[in-house]
Formats: sequence, C-alpha cells, structure tokens
Amino acid sequence: MSTTFDTIANIIAETCDIPRDSIKPESHAINDLGIDSLDFLDIAFAIDKAFGIKMPLEQWTQEVNEGKATTDRYFVLKNLSDRVDELVAAKGA
Amino acid sequence: MRLEYFMLIDRVVRLDLGAGSITCEAKVPDNSTIFEGHFPGYPLMPGVLLIECMAQTAGWMLVAAHKLQRMPFLAAVKDAKLRSFVTPGQQLLTEAVLSHSGSGYAMTEASISCEGKLVCNADITFRLTGFPTPGFATEMRKRAEAIGLPISEALTND
Repeated sequence: MSTTFDTIANIIAETCDIPRDSIKPESHAINDLGIDSLDFLDIAFAIDKAFGIKMPLEQWTQEVNEGKATTDRYFVLKNLSDRVDELVAAKGA
Repeated sequence: MRLEYFMLIDRVVRLDLGAGSITCEAKVPDNSTIFEGHFPGYPLMPGVLLIECMAQTAGWMLVAAHKLQRMPFLAAVKDAKLRSFVTPGQQLLTEAVLSHSGSGYAMTEASISCEGKLVCNADITFRLTGFPTPGFATEMRKRAEAIGLPISEALTND
C-alpha cells in the first residue's frame, strides 16, 4: 500500500514531468522542484481527486501572505503529506 | 455575439448549479471586421474565439455558482480540439460542466455544437478571485442580466 507521500510524489512526477527519483520527502515543491502556481493547480486537482478532499489552497496562501505560516508548512512534501492526512482524517471524523 | 467586444454569449438557455452545468446560445454574426482578416474572401470564426466562447460559457456558470462574488479568470486550456469550421451566421450551442471545484480554482469541460454536431471542445481551468474593482462586479452583473443568467437561482443556491 503506497503512502500519502508516494501518491503525491507520483502525481507530481506525472503532472510536471519530473523524474520520480528526484522527488524526496524533504523536497520543496517550489524552491526545489520548480513547480509554479499554475502547475500546482493541476497537482492540487489530482490530489483532491485521489484523496477525496479539497485542499484549502486559498487559506494556506493567506496564512503565508500574512506571515502566519511558512511555505515549508505546505510545500515541503513531507509536510504537504501531513496536511493531506489531516484533511483525510477530518473528512472521516 | 459581438466579436469585437468579446461578448460571445447571447443567452443562457439552461443553468443547473446542482449538476454543475450550463447551456448557452451564441450566434456568429454575419459581418465583422474580424472576418476581413480571418480570412480575406473566406470568413471563418477564429479558433481562439471559439475557445474564448467555451471559456465564457464555463465562466458564467462559475460566476453563478459563486453568487456573483467571484470572478473566474482563464488559467489553462487543455486538449482543445477544433473539429470543424464555423462560418458567419451559424447558430451555436455552447455547453460546460464543472469537473472539479477546488479552493480558488475550478476545472471545467466545455464544448460547442452546431446543428447537433460537435464543433469543438476543451478542458478549461480557471482561477477564482474576488472582483478586483466594484465597477467590474457591477458590469458583470449587468451583463449577467442581459444574457439571462438566472441570478436569483444563483443567489439562493447553496
């Protein structure tokens, strides 16, 4: 059974044509993998579909813009995986 | 259609926010300066305007779905297929369905048909933001009323 990170990494590899081996849990989607905001919409779409959730991108963006959170919290992939796990858990609660 | 003003939707025929779908009518004008260049002696509706027409169809659906509080801006067009020529005077039926409503974005599938035949289709992505200016929102509301977007349904739909 694949982990949340594996699923997200596979989505990124396929969506952005990035070699799967270069996508690590500590990779930052923007700073390390060079994913821009438009490409991230495709990733968000695929993640939303794969996990049956709706990632609150607007809320996350607002938190970053207001200095309440760093981009690491949402764009380092191991952290993104944690956020997705939280959303999946909240959906089932 | 008023091609020069990018007013490509004439009338909303059906809006179903529950199902996430919209159908509109759009008649290609008999005359337009655009046809003088596209193409001289062989007027064709430009493919880019067909794509814009599909985007406006999906866009009106999103405007309604978000109760005229958010503006969909075109972000991506994928798998656009222009299947046959469209000429002046043709009556088009434009349709769109919502394939995913994300946070700050939406994915749609749109198409145009003429006399029952599929003319073009594409997957279209939008970014959704608040209206940048109050005047813009006002003008969009006026335009929504002009094309018969069922605003009351949009405002009461949850």
